[in-house]
Amino acid sequence: MSETTASSRALADTALRSPLGEFWRRFRTKRVAIGAGIVLVLIVLTSVLAPWTAPYNPTTPDYQAILAGPSWAHWFGTDAYGRDILSRVIWGGRISLWVGFVSVALGGVAGVVLGLISGYAGGWVDSVIMRFSDVLLAFPGILLAIGIVAVLGPGVTNVIYAVAVFSVPVFARLVRGSTLALKQSVYVQASRSIGVRGTALVLRHIFPGTLPGVIVYMSLRVGTAILTAAALSFIGLGAQPPSPEWGAMLADGRSYLGVDDQLTLFPGLAIFVTVLALNLLGDGLRDALDQRLR
Amino acid sequence: MISTSPPPDGCQADGSNAGSSAAETLLDVSGLSVSFPAGRQRATVVRNVDLQVRPGETVAVVGESGSGKSVTALAITRLLDYAGGRIDAGTLAFRLRDGASLDLARAPQERMRQLRGPEIAMVFQEPMTSLNPVLRIGNQIAEAVMLHQGLGAAAAREEARRMLERVRIPEAGRQLDRYPFQLSGGMRQRVMIAMALSCRPRLLIADEPTTALDVTVQAQVLRLMRALQQEMGMSLLFITHDMGVVAEIADRVVVMRDGLVVEQGDVGAIFARPQQDYTRRLLAAVPVLGSLAGENLPRPFPENGKEPPPQDTVDAAHKPVLEVDRLVTRFEVRRGLLGRSVGRIHAVEHVSFMVRPGETLGLVGESGCGKSTTGRSIIRLEQPEAGSIRLDGEDVTELTADSEKLLRRAVQYVFQDPFASLDPRLTIGFSVAEPIRTHDLLRGRAVEERVGALLEQVGLGGGYSRRYPHELSGGQRQRVCIARALASEPRLIIADEAVAALDVSIRSQVVNLLMDLQRRLGVAYLFISHDMAVVERIAHRVAVMYLGQIVEIGPRGAVLGDPQHAYTRRLLAAVPIPDPARRGHERALDDSEVPSPMRRHDDPPEVAPLVRVGPDHYVARHRIGGLF
Repeated sequence: MSETTASSRALADTALRSPLGEFWRRFRTKRVAIGAGIVLVLIVLTSVLAPWTAPYNPTTPDYQAILAGPSWAHWFGTDAYGRDILSRVIWGGRISLWVGFVSVALGGVAGVVLGLISGYAGGWVDSVIMRFSDVLLAFPGILLAIGIVAVLGPGVTNVIYAVAVFSVPVFARLVRGSTLALKQSVYVQASRSIGVRGTALVLRHIFPGTLPGVIVYMSLRVGTAILTAAALSFIGLGAQPPSPEWGAMLADGRSYLGVDDQLTLFPGLAIFVTVLALNLLGDGLRDALDQRLR
Repeated sequence: MISTSPPPDGCQADGSNAGSSAAETLLDVSGLSVSFPAGRQRATVVRNVDLQVRPGETVAVVGESGSGKSVTALAITRLLDYAGGRIDAGTLAFRLRDGASLDLARAPQERMRQLRGPEIAMVFQEPMTSLNPVLRIGNQIAEAVMLHQGLGAAAAREEARRMLERVRIPEAGRQLDRYPFQLSGGMRQRVMIAMALSCRPRLLIADEPTTALDVTVQAQVLRLMRALQQEMGMSLLFITHDMGVVAEIADRVVVMRDGLVVEQGDVGAIFARPQQDYTRRLLAAVPVLGSLAGENLPRPFPENGKEPPPQDTVDAAHKPVLEVDRLVTRFEVRRGLLGRSVGRIHAVEHVSFMVRPGETLGLVGESGCGKSTTGRSIIRLEQPEAGSIRLDGEDVTELTADSEKLLRRAVQYVFQDPFASLDPRLTIGFSVAEPIRTHDLLRGRAVEERVGALLEQVGLGGGYSRRYPHELSGGQRQRVCIARALASEPRLIIADEAVAALDVSIRSQVVNLLMDLQRRLGVAYLFISHDMAVVERIAHRVAVMYLGQIVEIGPRGAVLGDPQHAYTRRLLAAVPIPDPARRGHERALDDSEVPSPMRRHDDPPEVAPLVRVGPDHYVARHRIGGLF
């Protein structure tokens, strides 16, 4: 019989894992997502540690080396003022990533709160919040962001607000959906029958259940936010010169397209690689985390 | 290892395999081992299983969850390949119509596809999901007929109608054009059987075909399967966890546990003289309706072969802990674009009862009778329309801040599904402490100590408080739910099918735990269940619900021993008796369907007070769903 118990234990072992352990077991097999995660960590680290990782000051002109191509001294070449493009890309990452993460965090938090209220309260509260998000969703994201920046004025901080606002309804909808499902779950009913209600019920039993979907969506959303921020800077509404923002760098290099491609190629590559890494990571997280999509 | 030899020749099995010599085995499974991928390795879930099915014979494979019984069936049909499993060893010799033998374990999938239907057919547990919801049932049966018998469309439809008649579906011609959702669970299972039999298979594999059905419907379906089997002379491999069902239907029994065959033999021999310890324990744990006949007090299930003494815990001198008076809960049924109300489901209709301190009131009935809604209305998970609810004499019908506090503390609920009723992200300790914290009964260290004590009380160590629900088995989780229910020192616990999802041996343990707690703490139970045999053990009084009304209520001995209402009698007659010797006399069963509790607005159900027929024993004498 010992053999049998061993085999049933082997089966039991696979069944008995914590939600976190179960997530990790599935995520481990997603090689692409793990690779994307590593690339992303490298990008973030390099940017955060810009004072040490960047070889030159990103704003100091060097008139001896104007519009130089890639070389050992300047890996990514230099721009019209002789500023080192590699250093500007590294420093620019700070702004772009900051805008991406902070705006999504702001929008996510607001959206999650609204979604929880909407789903839990129901009734007219739900209608008001959902119609409001329908209105926001009806605008193309970039148009909405341009509108907000036009009102608030250009600048990195206002871009963060603009991108945050157009992330709110997406998160609100997502969280409302899972709140409605969780509200009907037996364990929420069980807690209700004990006397738990209101904020305690939502924060303790419902909110944690919505988190997997939120985390997945945040990772995907950061990529969109970075793109939007870059687009806003490109049309002159975001980061102002001489700050080295990726979108602004693209705008600067626009007049040299076809002549000195390093001006647009490298900031463009930086955006491309970062957003791609975020999307691949998000896909992997979704496969491993979100039960509804499995 | 334990693998018993084939049964002795010429086994006497109710004569249903008459005319077949023991030598011609239809299916001979030998040395079957099956594994599934488990992480990087494979886990063997069925090992070295031997079993034989002879023509015209019914073999029941019985075991608790995880015993490998369903996997064995999947292996025989080779649907296993689609479930990710693999046959590692063994042969599945199947005798074809022409007498040749085919090893199903090695047959190519294309060959298996041809066999499934005309030779081997299957019926699964869930009739809801096994039928295609968007096709009319007539077309679904006709499709199978056309595929395997090569008939034309008109002939196939005629054959489908004949099959529906054969499975005793009333007005078969009209039913052909209905969709699965328009049929009740029992009717759907009949359609499944009709589909399986439409190709005249020689072996029918039924995997828990009656588990999802109500007891009266189960009795109808079992009787039907036995009759059809005898008419068509086919063999039946019947997979079940229910010893009562085994006793009703099987000629031979194969007992499985942890992927091994523990014991097999003639049904009479297995029940009368089980050879293996496990079989004995399994049989001992099966609740037998009627085992407490003549006794009035509840009595826990026997443990270690000893019958425990009866329990007298009712405090009749004290005023009732719960009084429910003419409770009404209805659900509006809305249809169409504008959500117009087209009718009402009368889930709870003028239900009145009371529960005394330390008493267990068993609330029994079939699915949809309103027994759960009654429990949920008491704790306000549903909102009752009318009636009153009093706790210890205090009216809690209107929920004010004070009465809600009283209700939430004094009444606790234990749900059916122990896997769903605990928050998977919180530790056991946190879940058990939640009522204590919510009602601010204790603070700081004292909470932890109380949680430890509660977990001890339900037979789990205090060490469990740091674990997560997923680390526990179903029985352990239900113990945690009970500990949680006890945490606020309630006067009444509503147990809503609290043991229905558990394996039979665990079920008796949990019932005994509930009774032990009642003895020590004097807590009262409203025990909602469809399982009459369990109710017989635990209840002091029994209330029978039918179509939203209580049709009979009284002392357990009187209601189960001398039922006065037609529906109570019908319910009791349908309970399978785990004793093959008592199968012979066909018990009175009727094939009628339970009417729907949904009614039009202008057609309210008849309600009237119950009539006293004995001491504390009341029966409905007005017409409820045609019965009285």
